[in-house]
Amino acid sequence: MTEAVTPKIPLEKQKLLTVNGDEAVAWAAKQSLVDVVAAYPITPQTIIVEKFSEFVANGEVHTEFVPVESEHSAMSACVGAAAAGARAFTATAANGLALMWEILYIAASLRLPIVLAVANRALSAPINIHCDHSDAMGMRDSGWVQLFVENVQEAYDTTIQAFRIGEDERVLLPVAVNLDGFFLSHTLENIHILPDEAVHEFLGGYRKVPKVKVDYFEEEVPLMLNPARPLSFGPLDLYDYYFEHKMHQIEAMKRVPEVVREVNEEWYALTGRRYGDGVLVPYEVEDADVIVTVLGSTAGTVRHIVKKLRGEGKKVGMVRIRMFRPFPHKELAEILKGTKVVGVMDRAISFGSYGPSFLEINTALYDLKEKPLLVNYVYGLGGRDAPPALIEKMFEELLRDAEKGFVEKKLRFLGVRE
Amino acid sequence: MAQQTLPQVPIKKGEPAYKLWIFEPGWKGELPLILNPRQLAEQKRPAILPGHRLCAGCAAPIIVKLASFAFRGPTIVVNATGCLEVATTIFPYTSWAVPWIHNAFENAAATASGVESAIKAMKKTGRLPWAHVDVVVFGGDGGTFDIGLQSLSGAAERGHDFLYILYDNEAYMNTGIQRSGGTPKFAWTTTSPVGTVLPGKTQHKKPIADIMVAHRIPYVATATPAHWLDLMKKVRKGIEVEGPAFIHALSSCDRGWRHDTALAIEVSRRAVDTCYFPLWEWTPETGYRLTDRSLSIARNPKMKQPIEKFVEVQGRFRHLLKPENRHLLRELQEWVDAVWEDLLNRATNAPR
Repeated sequence: MTEAVTPKIPLEKQKLLTVNGDEAVAWAAKQSLVDVVAAYPITPQTIIVEKFSEFVANGEVHTEFVPVESEHSAMSACVGAAAAGARAFTATAANGLALMWEILYIAASLRLPIVLAVANRALSAPINIHCDHSDAMGMRDSGWVQLFVENVQEAYDTTIQAFRIGEDERVLLPVAVNLDGFFLSHTLENIHILPDEAVHEFLGGYRKVPKVKVDYFEEEVPLMLNPARPLSFGPLDLYDYYFEHKMHQIEAMKRVPEVVREVNEEWYALTGRRYGDGVLVPYEVEDADVIVTVLGSTAGTVRHIVKKLRGEGKKVGMVRIRMFRPFPHKELAEILKGTKVVGVMDRAISFGSYGPSFLEINTALYDLKEKPLLVNYVYGLGGRDAPPALIEKMFEELLRDAEKGFVEKKLRFLGVRE
Repeated sequence: MAQQTLPQVPIKKGEPAYKLWIFEPGWKGELPLILNPRQLAEQKRPAILPGHRLCAGCAAPIIVKLASFAFRGPTIVVNATGCLEVATTIFPYTSWAVPWIHNAFENAAATASGVESAIKAMKKTGRLPWAHVDVVVFGGDGGTFDIGLQSLSGAAERGHDFLYILYDNEAYMNTGIQRSGGTPKFAWTTTSPVGTVLPGKTQHKKPIADIMVAHRIPYVATATPAHWLDLMKKVRKGIEVEGPAFIHALSSCDRGWRHDTALAIEVSRRAVDTCYFPLWEWTPETGYRLTDRSLSIARNPKMKQPIEKFVEVQGRFRHLLKPENRHLLRELQEWVDAVWEDLLNRATNAPR
């Protein structure tokens, strides 16, 4: 980063709040002029809904709060609301996200820019309320944009950005903001929030519905349930058109990275905060022999260890993957090429295979002429802690692999009893 | 209710897509402006337009047509997955002249909750160009009795302002006639076949309308397309009330019930005449009130027909007419009688 730009809203004009990740998300939703929040409680997401209910109860928002009877209905109501032209938001975790699964695909395929906060939590069984990414990885193929945040400040920032990204006419896709359960959802942090008006301006006010050309209307009509210009949403679509509609989604996904980058820069100009280029957040990667990739809050610990090892003269670095869907294959390969070993940290596993981001990175590196060695570290399942000592041990292993020039065991488990 | 202008919907041919208004604005239960079904069909166009691909003889589009004649202005329709959804919207065509959304099978009521909440939020912030937009849901028996019951119950409990119209063809007809919670006892379906041991479905139909009454929502009613004026009035009442309303409409299916395509209306009439499917409405203020033909039967019990009259025209009950199965038919009759007696005891307008 070169010289610091003075943000439009300097830090002293931003309000300091001491909140946990859930509350930060609730604040972001509150300021984002959300029309409909339909949500159902599940640990560790519950505080988002509780906090938002308080805003509703105190008349601080115009939002219709729909306390649905299940997560399935939460997403269903969001689909109805967004189709009717509203800005819709919901939050969930783990089994709740799994219950939503069917409607996640429908939300994405109907091109409805719903924002969903996921307080990442392990899936049952055995039932476990703590953090891992197996819930988020279950929805990776559903057509949603998936962003992973590192800290509470970023949870706030990203939730607001998510509305902009999803509603951008180049995108029109739902966006999931992933924050690590308990590590972020329940951990207090001092954050800076914008004045309400600044957020309203950033989002361009209430949701604006794009206009589309439909055969049976002469003029362009708003893409919503509008009695004056009736459209049919969600018709039966067979082998003669379904594939083309999927192609639209594929194309929309391709346009996401540029929008995420633009929004990241715009946010930087507004607040003075940005997260890498919005897609990837590299740290000390330039001449690194070993680079570790990571999602979510663990990046903080990894960064700390990278700093420490760099102090000892070891050439190590880190890339935090902020955007998991669409996956930035090319950009990541660009960063990872030339390094000796890449350690891929996954807080989830595809049983019978590797961790989900390992598979992506394998794909990303395949076309490189000189490929780095790849190791997959599966860690932290069910909220198992990943303390600095453990991360350091991982780097030491990777540095040894770099020296040896080959990898014996590709899939390793970090912090599990032997 | 203040008078509202109908949305002008220009379609290419230069004609408005649908013309309704058979009830005066601010309707208080009077007769409609048009009392003749032929005239109605000729002069008004419903929210569902011709060209859909529902089977010949299907009662569902008749129910939707009649219901849409009773709409009162800007209306959004939500549809659960089912015959109606599949056959009216095969892309790139649609039969719907009103904004229409299909989400999934089990969540029509939840989707309607979202639509209704969006309307409220937009109204609150001055973004709704109408005084009111009505939300009407059409769901089949599978999507209502079975897989969609949770979302329906939840939406009813939360008190969203929408009318849910169940078109009950008494099985999963869209997937090929599998039994549902709405299938009557002894009916043949592809998953309750008549075998050497089992005589079709072995359980009775779920009392779905009574379940909705138990929610104490503002309006619940039953209807059939044969009693068309009764149906339209009930639809309008359901739309007029603030809060959730539910109409259970019997919708004969010639493919699944195995009757002649011309008999859709006749079989619906017989369902009421035999008291297999009594017509009533319920509000928290009035309790159960019999309507139309069922009220006449209550006043003159001689009009009540034996259940054979309903059963004899349907192939799905054919086995009940065999001499060795007379006891099954008797059991069905006893069940119908018990339910009817129970209703007579509850109905506030039934003669004592």
